[in-house]
Amino acid sequence: MLAYTLRRLASAIPTIFIIVTLTFFMIRAAPGGPFDLERPLDPLIMANLNRAYNLDAPLWSQYTTYLGNLIRGDLGPSFTRRDFSVNDLFAVGLPVSILLGSLALLLAVVIGTILGAMAALRQNTALDYAVVGLATFGITTPTFVVAPLLSLFFGVLLGVLPAGGWSNANPAYWVLPVVTLALPQVAVIARLVRGATIEALRSNHVRTARAYGLPNRIVVGVHALRAAVLPAVSYLGPTAAGLLTGSVVVETIFGLPGIGRYFVQGALGRDYTLVMGTVVVIAIFVIFFNLVVDLLYAWLDPRVRLD
Amino acid sequence: MHKSVITAGLCFAALLLGGAELATAQTVLVRGNDTDPATLDHHKTSTVAEANLLRDLYEGLVAEDAGGKVIPGAAQSWEISEDGLTYTFSLRPDAKWSNGDPVSAEDFLFAFRRIMTPATAAGYASVLFPIANAEAITKGEMAPEALGVAAPAPQTLVVTLNAPTPYFLELLTHQTGMPLHRASVEQFGDAFTRPGNLVSNGAFSLESFVPNDKIVMKKNPYFHDAGNVRIDEIQYVPFEDRSACLRRFEAGEVQICSDVPAEQMAYMKKNYPNNLRIAPYLGTYYLPIKVKKEKFADARVRQALSMLIDRDFIAEEVWQGTMIPAYGLVPPGIANYVATPVKLDYAAMDMLDREDAALALFKAAGVDPATLSVQLSYNSSENHKNTMASIADMLSRVGISASLNEMEGTGYFNYLRDDGDFDIARAGWIGDYSDPQNFLFLNESNVSFNYSGWSNEGYDAKMRAAAETTDLDARAALLAEAERMFLDEMPMIPILFYSSRALVADTVSGWEDNLLDNHATRWLSLSK
Repeated sequence: MLAYTLRRLASAIPTIFIIVTLTFFMIRAAPGGPFDLERPLDPLIMANLNRAYNLDAPLWSQYTTYLGNLIRGDLGPSFTRRDFSVNDLFAVGLPVSILLGSLALLLAVVIGTILGAMAALRQNTALDYAVVGLATFGITTPTFVVAPLLSLFFGVLLGVLPAGGWSNANPAYWVLPVVTLALPQVAVIARLVRGATIEALRSNHVRTARAYGLPNRIVVGVHALRAAVLPAVSYLGPTAAGLLTGSVVVETIFGLPGIGRYFVQGALGRDYTLVMGTVVVIAIFVIFFNLVVDLLYAWLDPRVRLD
Repeated sequence: MHKSVITAGLCFAALLLGGAELATAQTVLVRGNDTDPATLDHHKTSTVAEANLLRDLYEGLVAEDAGGKVIPGAAQSWEISEDGLTYTFSLRPDAKWSNGDPVSAEDFLFAFRRIMTPATAAGYASVLFPIANAEAITKGEMAPEALGVAAPAPQTLVVTLNAPTPYFLELLTHQTGMPLHRASVEQFGDAFTRPGNLVSNGAFSLESFVPNDKIVMKKNPYFHDAGNVRIDEIQYVPFEDRSACLRRFEAGEVQICSDVPAEQMAYMKKNYPNNLRIAPYLGTYYLPIKVKKEKFADARVRQALSMLIDRDFIAEEVWQGTMIPAYGLVPPGIANYVATPVKLDYAAMDMLDREDAALALFKAAGVDPATLSVQLSYNSSENHKNTMASIADMLSRVGISASLNEMEGTGYFNYLRDDGDFDIARAGWIGDYSDPQNFLFLNESNVSFNYSGWSNEGYDAKMRAAAETTDLDARAALLAEAERMFLDEMPMIPILFYSSRALVADTVSGWEDNLLDNHATRWLSLSK
């Protein structure tokens, strides 16, 4: 398994290289540049700026410089937030996004699995319909509706939680963003677990387990659920990567200093290095969580062989 | 059981919040700002959001009072020579930096030379081009030492201008005129703007800066007027989502929003009539016409197009009363101008009569509106889109086929400047200082913001004559003649004047509406 993990990590390097190369040239192909403001700059000043940021060099040489810096872990200076380097921005923003994302993920997995399993075990009862209804609501209601409503209700009307803003020290500021992030995931996981549990309960190995005379809690808790979480686990790989790298909507509505906004702000402001940095970070997270999913699969499903 | 868990959680949260409030005995003002600054190095800034922050951190030679009037700043007095070319400033002896160092004329000299140095790449250096040799220095044609600024004594600064510039003091209130603490800039290089490194001479000093979260400033005890500063700490929160600011304002978490969500204007007018501050603002929303295109070559055609635009409808319906119909280029209330604003004569005319008049103009120009096709270009924004869509509808009433062309914001203004192939576009101009020249120069030949490409010898001559006139009334008359020429030729159609829109809590006092929408925190106070 160690050999497999190392092989996978090694194969990630060319993947990231291709992603970096594609992104580098795609963002450069977009019209405009980082210094194109509402009021166009004097051409002379623009030339000075481009020189200061090495943007006057040929594109291929900018590309090789960027790759060289990237290998050393230097993501470069930000063009639109000129008091910071991209590394500075991520050093502050990434912990915030990871904190919120992992709390949301935890909440979604725990509540989603419980709800899904309960619905499956009481299939076609009022409880089942309630869970399915809630899940449909959770999936179809977009975050940009849920977030302002939560903020309005708990922040403005009840005044029990902050309507927005951030504090590393005060968990009260974390509650609404985490709930907003978790809600659609709770819904998806509940549906996945419900469907898979229903299927698992009818499968051969569960019938065999029952035939052995195992107690119900072992049959359901070990044999059925273990098979039932597999679809949820494969869904969680990319989802975890997405949650942990921040959400532009949730961060904008609640005013959070995570890294989710940098992707959009960077792309709109043609902040080349910031966009590249976000892409690299997201790519690393996606690759990492896909690996975690594959390892989890091998552990959960004895039929899967990694080698 | 679920319910009790939730209740317990909420109680816990409430306790935490309550605890946080008890811990702060200081007066903390939370101000919403439009967005984060690109930098706090004021030589490299250009946006309104940046100016708001820098106004609290730094103090230039002159400052503005709560109403936007020029008052002594780091300089306690000044003398202007007979010919209007030399300004001699006497710095106040008690002006100090936030680390206790005295503010000297050297600090201003250092800053003025630095902003003109080509390596600084200061995007807004052009604001100070009236200073002798400034332009040549930015072009690298002269050494920074040749700049018309001298510091003959530690508290004396002499500034020499190219031409008498009656708005020079207004211009010095802009962030480009602020000083820099030479020792810390030289010590830290580009990192001098970081919290802990930044030394400023304004009413507040920088405490912390977390991007997308907040910028915290503390009262500067060394500030010469610190005794009258009522706020101990400012938290500037960037709100790209204006509705988020409104919600936090309603929750009592934010006391001032620098802008408001236009789509919720009716709600705010109803629920916060005393807090919603809508005031005339120094800005014009206009439509440049590509005059070199055959179909727009005739001024009568351009005038007819202008007549067809119902500005009242756009101001009231599209912009929810947050804009003012414009029939001239220079916003009302501007300094150094004629008493009665220059206006188009059909301003008060009924729309139906205007349509008839427009048709008559088309006929005189030999143009059949039914054969005229016009593309309206604009940069992405809900309000711009609605504005242009309603204009397209107004033009189509006389048979003109009007289409919309939405473009991404980045690069849009470069496209206009670099002779892009548009018919009619939208643009806006916010004045940097209160003087009609700052608007009328947009139509001069060889100005990069002259998107219409209109070039008129007579107009340029009027503007040149005005620049050389020291008598303010005579100068105002010349500028008014220029504006009249512009309106007759109509190379771009002014349609709206901007308003500033803010939310200010009842607990905040000292907020005075002013044309530049400048509200330094040193004039504000907060009651419980």
